[in-house]
Amino acid sequence: MFKILKYSFFDLMRSRWSYVYFLFYLLLGFVLLFLNNDVSKAIITLLNIIIVIVPLIGTIFGIMYYYNSREFTELLLAQPLKRTTIFLGQYIGLSVSLSLSLLLGLGIPFLVYGLFESSEIWNFASLIIVGVFLTFIFVALAMNIALSNENRIKGFGYAILVWLFMAVIYDGLFLISLMLFNDYPLDKFSLIISMFNPIDLSRILILLKLDISALLGYTGALFNKFFGTNWGMFISFFVLSCWIVIPAWIIVYKSMRKDF
Amino acid sequence: MIEITNLYKNFAKVEVLKGINLEIKKGGIFAILGPNGSGKTTLIKSILGMVIPRSGEIFINSTNIHNKWDYRKNINYLPQIANFPNNLSVIELIDMIKNLREKPTNDIELIELFALKPFLDKKLRNLSGGTRQKVNIVLAFMFDSEMLILDEPTTGLDPVSLIKLKKMIQLEKEKGKTIIITSHIMSFVEEIADEVVFLLDGNIYFKGTIAQLKSQTQQTNLELAIAGILTENNV
Amino acid sequence: MIRTFILLFLITFSIQIIAQQIEVCPTCKIKSIKEAVKKAKKGDRIVIKSGTYFETGIIIDKSLKLSGIGNPIIDGKNKGEVITIVADSVEVSGLTIINVISSFTQDDAAIKVKKANHFSIHDNTLKNVFFGITVQKSHHGLIENNTIASNATQEYNSGDGIHLWYSSDIEVISNKVSGLRDGIYLEFVSNSSVSKNYSSKNVRYGLHFMFSNNDKYTDNTFKNNGAGVAVMFSKKIKMFRNTFAKNWGSSSYGLLLKEIYDAEIEHNFFDQNTIGINVEGSTRIDYKNNDFINNGWAVKISGACYENKFNRNNFISNAFDISCQSKLNSNMFDQNYWSEYTGYDLDKNGIGDVPFRPVKLFSYIADQTPEAIVLLRSLFVDIINFSEKVSPVFTPDNLMDKNPLMKKIK
Repeated sequence: MFKILKYSFFDLMRSRWSYVYFLFYLLLGFVLLFLNNDVSKAIITLLNIIIVIVPLIGTIFGIMYYYNSREFTELLLAQPLKRTTIFLGQYIGLSVSLSLSLLLGLGIPFLVYGLFESSEIWNFASLIIVGVFLTFIFVALAMNIALSNENRIKGFGYAILVWLFMAVIYDGLFLISLMLFNDYPLDKFSLIISMFNPIDLSRILILLKLDISALLGYTGALFNKFFGTNWGMFISFFVLSCWIVIPAWIIVYKSMRKDF
Repeated sequence: MIEITNLYKNFAKVEVLKGINLEIKKGGIFAILGPNGSGKTTLIKSILGMVIPRSGEIFINSTNIHNKWDYRKNINYLPQIANFPNNLSVIELIDMIKNLREKPTNDIELIELFALKPFLDKKLRNLSGGTRQKVNIVLAFMFDSEMLILDEPTTGLDPVSLIKLKKMIQLEKEKGKTIIITSHIMSFVEEIADEVVFLLDGNIYFKGTIAQLKSQTQQTNLELAIAGILTENNV
Repeated sequence: MIRTFILLFLITFSIQIIAQQIEVCPTCKIKSIKEAVKKAKKGDRIVIKSGTYFETGIIIDKSLKLSGIGNPIIDGKNKGEVITIVADSVEVSGLTIINVISSFTQDDAAIKVKKANHFSIHDNTLKNVFFGITVQKSHHGLIENNTIASNATQEYNSGDGIHLWYSSDIEVISNKVSGLRDGIYLEFVSNSSVSKNYSSKNVRYGLHFMFSNNDKYTDNTFKNNGAGVAVMFSKKIKMFRNTFAKNWGSSSYGLLLKEIYDAEIEHNFFDQNTIGINVEGSTRIDYKNNDFINNGWAVKISGACYENKFNRNNFISNAFDISCQSKLNSNMFDQNYWSEYTGYDLDKNGIGDVPFRPVKLFSYIADQTPEAIVLLRSLFVDIINFSEKVSPVFTPDNLMDKNPLMKKIK
């Protein structure tokens, strides 16, 4: 598996798009920090960007990489390699290279700015951790879609739809249901609902980590009470991990039954 | 030795293989013939495990290959369309396959034989079809394996390279290897194949030597024999 | 002429003779403050020299000056009130009073002023006290330059730093108060001023007005308190040039206005508060030239609010500028600077050509459905805010600044 991972990884590291992605973050980091001159504000802005852009990029790269590396995949399939090895290797290779672009792209400007002397280092770290989780999650979802759709246009369309659903539509439905059931206690409901969408979960984890939690009022206090405990943290990272493990498992399952 | 029993495969509603029973003995050159869409490539890919059959079993050296992968250590495969990861160079691709298979190779000889040296550092996307096929051939022949599966190996080759290819196939045969070939070039098949199987519409229409096929169709030429079968069956 | 001069000289001389100075120190003839007070006559000065005095219940019942020199310490050993002033014209200065927490039922203070006028309490340090300085039914006093610090953790078992009750014409200047319940508390106090104080880390409020009219507080800093300042049930309070910073917590705010009338709020600085100003019922308030920067909500309004005016304020980088749970009647926003404003100024007069609506759709929704706040900073919310901004449907129609400024007011 490691060999495949390595080849996928280096293959991507040489592709133009990885650089574009890396440079995008690099530029973003520098602009935010040196125009704003405020690490904590830069982190809040980054939060907004990360919970939207990282899933989007993960989705697009996941789907593009799968379709573009079909030849590579077919070549590998004829070799004495397990299918699980090939697909998980590619999945992890892609996710790792995207995560690395994120880490370096944002890490370098923050390092240059003097992150280690700032108290914001833990906020930055949790931002990156969440970003890495989101990358792994959305690459896995995208590869699932790609595996089930031979038609590239269709696959691409579905992938964007999944992203749109998670990033926008889900929250819209969430908000509408909150407003409809206004007369009932909704704290537990909203806690559970936000658990099921990795983007919402990540956003709330970061919001609570940053001081913004105070804005969340009573509901926020309840969230804080839940996420503030080790148990709550465990649950949320367990859920995030499920979002990786289950799609990854489906990748394996589907790939075992697919013809090339 | 390959033993295939009751192999069925469909892609969505299209039945491609309809109960293939086939035995391929160890050693010799075995050609799989048939018109377009008769299931040749599907059959080959089933043997390689790239296509998962709906039902039926494939045994290679008496082991069922279902969900196995290590039997491919003894198979070299030349795919029909030489599609390679585009942003690799030729040498990177060769090194990668070598690295993945970890078997002794004679890639240097082959590179020399097909005069690929000037192309080694070129990206695969910049190569001509013929050159790509040469790379394809190098990859398929550079390992010493019991079995070779060649899907349309002659595509895009110039006459000189074709002669070299034929020579290589003969050489491998002399080493006692099993070589499975599909091709549309009948003269090529006639020249090298010991035994042929003719697929028609997902079934085996004929299996035997070329001489048997000729006598069965009462033709002196393989190409005409095949054409005869096809017109007879309204294909 | 010369005669008058001689007369004046004689008068001053005679006063000096009458006003004696009594020294107290561990090695002096008089070793305790209580004894000194007992021996002193009206108008005398008691000089307390360095040393530690274990005393409580010092009652000053005549006009005296108590001056600590060389940082004398009075340790109450948590046995009760230390100094109680019950006479007019008393001055207490230069003392350090520690350990005045006896029981939570008796409101013990380090220094208590009871029905006494023209007092002056300055340059004292009060540490580990239940109440710091308590003033009851007294008038015309000065409380200046004192440092009061304690370790209060809970509201119910802690007292206030400077506590004024039924008093008037008191000046509270340049004190530092931290770690109490309310830093400075005024109840039924009028015509008084609170200025240049630094009130921090208090459990409840930095400064708290109840039923007090015609007072002003200026140039104070309120930082890291449970909440900055609460002004409740009061009229005609002037609030100028104060800094409200980092009152950050789920129910915290810089300034609370509850049922108040005719206040003037000018040139204050609200920085990083969960809520800059929390308004629960207010009428005729002028908000002028204030800076609201990096707050969660700059101004959050609920209850009945009439005739409030917001002029020339800076609203910069707040998560929400204005939130409004009730219908605002005849409230005016005019010529404020809003960092969220994205309009244009074609005629280059410094005023944006399109009005600004400070209430975002999401803050409107979050007011109706508080749980919706968990969607803060999600893409969906950004999208609906944007679409509402482009074509307002839900947010109150009359709530807008018709003349938003293009540049920040300096």
